[in-house]
Formats: sequence, structure tokens, C-alpha cells
Amino acid sequence: MEKFTTLRGVAAPMPMVNIDTDMIIPKNFLKTIKRTGLKDGLFYELRWTADGQKKDFVLDQPAYQNAKIIVAGPNFGCGSSREHAPWALLDFGIRCVISESFADIFYNNCFKNGILPIKVPKEIIDKLMDDASRGSNAVIEVDLEKQEIKGPDGGTVHFDIDPFRKHCLLNGLDDIGLTMEKKPEIDDFETRQKESQPWLYAAE
Amino acid sequence: MATRKKAAVPPPPPPPPRTLFEKIWDSHVVHRQDDGTCVIYIDRHLVHEVTSPQAFEGLRMAHRPVRRPEATIALADHNTPTTDLSLGIPDEESRIQVETLEKNVAEFGVPYFGLQDPRRGIVHVTGPEQGFTLPGTTIVCGDSHTSTHGAFGALAFGIGTSEVEHVLATQTLIQKPAKNMRVAVEGSLPLGVTAKDVILAIIAKLGTAGGTGYVIEYAGRAIREMTMEGRMTVCNMSIEAGARAGLIAPDETTFQYLFGRPNAPKGGAWDLALGQWRRLPSDKGAHFDAQIDLNASDIPPMVTWGTSPQDALPITDVVPDPANAPDEARREAWTRSLAYMGLTPGTKLVDVPVDRVFIGSCTNGRIEDLRAAAEIVKGRKVASTVSAMVVPGSGLVKAEAEKEGLDKIFLEAGFEWRIQGCSMCLAMNADRLEPGQRCASTSNRNFEGRQGRGGRTHLLSPAMAAAAAIKGTLADVRDFQ
Repeated sequence: MEKFTTLRGVAAPMPMVNIDTDMIIPKNFLKTIKRTGLKDGLFYELRWTADGQKKDFVLDQPAYQNAKIIVAGPNFGCGSSREHAPWALLDFGIRCVISESFADIFYNNCFKNGILPIKVPKEIIDKLMDDASRGSNAVIEVDLEKQEIKGPDGGTVHFDIDPFRKHCLLNGLDDIGLTMEKKPEIDDFETRQKESQPWLYAAE
Repeated sequence: MATRKKAAVPPPPPPPPRTLFEKIWDSHVVHRQDDGTCVIYIDRHLVHEVTSPQAFEGLRMAHRPVRRPEATIALADHNTPTTDLSLGIPDEESRIQVETLEKNVAEFGVPYFGLQDPRRGIVHVTGPEQGFTLPGTTIVCGDSHTSTHGAFGALAFGIGTSEVEHVLATQTLIQKPAKNMRVAVEGSLPLGVTAKDVILAIIAKLGTAGGTGYVIEYAGRAIREMTMEGRMTVCNMSIEAGARAGLIAPDETTFQYLFGRPNAPKGGAWDLALGQWRRLPSDKGAHFDAQIDLNASDIPPMVTWGTSPQDALPITDVVPDPANAPDEARREAWTRSLAYMGLTPGTKLVDVPVDRVFIGSCTNGRIEDLRAAAEIVKGRKVASTVSAMVVPGSGLVKAEAEKEGLDKIFLEAGFEWRIQGCSMCLAMNADRLEPGQRCASTSNRNFEGRQGRGGRTHLLSPAMAAAAAIKGTLADVRDFQ
């Protein structure tokens, strides 16, 4: 996984509430067996009309075509567990989403892909949404180590993040590798469970 | 010689009361970090074709085996045709995805229910049917509706593909414990009101993000009086309130359902298991971080009008007016929803015409759901303006329904009787709405484009869907009983 340390880029405003993962990447793009190449499906139905015309969605406007950050309305990423949602964001170049709140599964999936989801209170979102509306001047800087967001006017705000998740993102750590180090404890757990609940191992 | 008097040892303090969630969590912690992050053991893993290819690919690249293939069941449900399986899967991308799953399960030795296997169904229907879902266990799947299995008192939640790979490789996940919420539905359900209406009423009350960060335990008389099918419907849609998992304490209804199922414990092991399962319910005085109370007698048959599952109203109500929305954000969301749904404020919900009816999905594709719909349909005809279909949740549900003659009731009324799968719940296969079509659907999500681009979804119970098929508009099932 790619490390996340600092990020400087244009932030795109998406004030809509409850942006669900069906919206982020519709089902017809879930038939892939790869993780890459999903940017074409990102927000597909919001970006394209049914007969293939561009709709002038925010990410297609000249100012936001290279956006690296999204400032979003609350409950971003609700619905389906599809990890294709963060894969599509990443493929487009989005490395950070800032919102008042996220759905749990999406939030979790971001960290597995080097995307930083930042939760901040409504008054900060309102300010950042205002900043993001300034087009290509909407350059925001995010520093994960310092847990700071710096707006285009130079003002900084602090954000909270779980220390373990921060550590993993900063160092690009692979969860599976970390857990593999716990193999003796997993073995012990299974030995005990097999004793107390043998029916869970009946098929083996 | 004087005997030395033993110093009086005070009895150990009683263990603090725990919730059902805490009991399952505590019994699955493999490793706990100082910050509370845990490695928790996963007992059961369900795998389907859409969210697993990249996980198996990851294992292959890292030369890692599947740690416990026998704790896993794989099958294809999202992409599979519901009309004719003898032709294979005509859509090339869908076919490749299913073939990739077949190749992966063969390579990694994972048990697999093939396309033609009658046990194949939607993962959340098959798991319980096979007794693979058991009380007190942890269950995951790369699918948000894994919350369904919580109906058995199992901690079950959806995960992303990276976590699917993590579970395949290690049989564990890295997690922090959730908060506890108790939703109590007291009293008995009135006639015509089902588990689906209950969960829609709960989501309407809680909001689509109200359960975020929580595991919801459903309790109260109305829940206890539900069958396992009803309980699964309730837990299934926990995610639609933002909660990753829903839970219901296991009881005699649970045990009766499980007894004799292929993967349920047998003989002495059954008795041993029962002893443990009976200790699972939340202790008296256990702490819940939030509590919501509903009275069953206040819940009418429900239907959604908008594009979020929280947009649910009694069928007797009218399409709401954004001018009456509680805040600005909601006003914008309602306005957008109404434009998408093609609805005018003030229209009676029972006057909204429907083009399609879909009865099925992991929410409402079980035998009891089909029986409830058939009861309304029997001796009646689908309205001439409506195209209606029934898609059983599994091959075994289909077989049972056919044994009971339900297929004939549906066919005679003008419904299509299809082969099992996820079908038009998410429209990844050929079953989908055309732009502008309006559907009365027993599924779980009414998001924009969910059932097909431009399609308009109204969520409701199987009996309500049946009533809509007959009347040609959304309808109050109580007028049909």
C-alpha cells in the first residue's frame, strides 16, 4: 500500500448528503476481476447521460479535473461494501475525502488503500466546502503526521484520527503482514476453540 | 493444637453484566493492543464472485494459502441468470467473474456450491439454510447485507475485498469494538404488518446514518414473536441504518430452526452447543450506549417514497413536501429524490402506479416471504400494466415453494417464476429496470440507479409487493386480507 504522509491538491466540493457507493461506482463496473482501471466508472451516472453525453459533473469541470481531495456531505460512502468505490477514487487520483461523517465499511476500506478519510465537525466542513468552491484556487494541504488541514487562505484546522490507523497509513503497512506475526496466538485460539466448540471444526 | 483459622476471602465480585455483542466479541479476541484495536477470530466466511477475485489474486501474489478452507463457503449469486442456466452465463464479463471464482475455489480448496447445485442461493439465504450460520459465532462476507446472520445471535458484518483477503489468509480481522444500541419493539404486530415494515419503521426513525458505529440488538416482544425468516429480514437491513451488524438473542425459535441442518452440531455436540448458546443473551443490567423504543401497534404497512431507505412512510400517507423538511440539507435531498422518483408532493402513496414488481433478495427471498406473497396473490391476477417476477433466494427455497405449489399460484396470476439469485435487487445480471420504470420491490436499497439506471424503487414487504402487483399501484395490503 502506498504511504500517506502529506497531500497538496485541489479539493472538489460535493455537498450532497448520503453519497452512496452505488453512486460512487455503479454495479456495471463491479464485474472486473482487477483493482485498477476503475476511474472511468467513478460517479458514472452523475457524470454521463444515458446516451453518453458529459453532464458537467464537478470532477469534469476544468478546475477540478486533477482534484486529489473531495469535500463531501455527511454519511459519505453509505450502502454497499464494494471496495471498488475507494479503488475508483484512487484510480482517478483522489487520496483524501473530508466529511462530517462516513459509513463504516467505506471508511475502513479507505485505509486499506492508502486513502485518508478525515472526519471534521460541520462548521469546518462548511468552511472547507466554501474553500473548495473556489475552483482551481481551492488548493488544500493535508498533513497526516501533524493531523492538520491547511486551507487556501493559510488557516489550519486540526483533525482527529485513530493512532493505529494513522501509523499504518504513514508507513504504508500491510495489515495481513502485521497479522501474520500473530500466528502463534491464532494457533492457540484455534486449539482452545476446537476444544470448547468442536462443532465449528466438524468439517475438517 | 489450635487450628489456624482460614482468613475469610471475600467472594469475587460478580462479573459485570455484558451485552450479547460483548460476549461474542470477548470470546473472539485473539490479540488486544493497548489502544483497544483487536485481532478478532472469524469463525465463518462466505465468499461470492463479485468481491473476491482481487482477494484471491492477492493471496496468489503473496504465495499465501487459505488458512481454513472448511470455515468458508463460496458461491455465485450476484451475476447469475435467473431465466435459464443451461445456457451458462451469456454476459461475457459476468461469465468471466463466475469462472474466476470457480478457478479460485479449485486452486485454494474452498468448498463451493456450483451454478446447478440446489443449495446455491444468495449467500445470506444459503448460509442459514445450511446451518453454517450459528449462534455466538463471528461471520463475515464481502457484502454489506451480511448483517442478516445476526438474526441467529451471530456477530455478522460486511467487509471490503482487502479484508476478504485478510480473512482468507489469517481467519481474523483487525477491528475495534462497536458501541451497543438496543432497539426494542414491544407489543405484537397488527394484521398485515411484517418484519419488513418493522425494519423500515426503525430506519425511518433512526435515519440512514443513525446506527453508524453501533451494533444494534433488536429486542422486545414483537421481535421474539418473529420467525427466523422475519428476524433475518430485520437484521438484514441494519446496514441501511448505518449499523454494520444487527443482533437478536438466540432462543427456542433459533434452536428449532437450526436443529438437523447440515452444518449444525449433531448428537452430543448439539447439547453442548445449546448449553453455550443459552448463555449468550445480554445480561440483565448490561450497558447500552443508546436505546430506541417502538411500539408494534404503532407500525403500519410501510413503503419508501424517496432514494434513501430512511424515506419510508405508512402506506396511508402522501408523498411529502420538501417545504416541510426539518432542515435545509433534508430539503435539498427530498427535492432531488422527488425529481428522480418523478413524484409530486401531496400524491397519495396508494395512487402511485407501478410498472414492475420484484419479490426476492436476501431481505425477502425466503420461503415465508413467498408464502406471504402467494397468500395475497392466490386467485387474483397481476394488473395488465404490471410486469411482476418472483426470484427465490436459493435453490432450496425454490424447491420448497414448488413442493407447496406456490409457483403455480404465482404463474397463474401472471408472475414470472425465476431461478434463484440476487437478480433485480442490484441488477448486475440481466434483470433490471428501464429508465423511468417504477418498481415495487422487496429488496433493501432504493438508491438512484440501484435497480437499473433511471429506475425508481419503492421498498416494501412481500405481501405489499403482491398487493401492488394486483392493483397496479402501491397498495395497502390490509385491503386484500
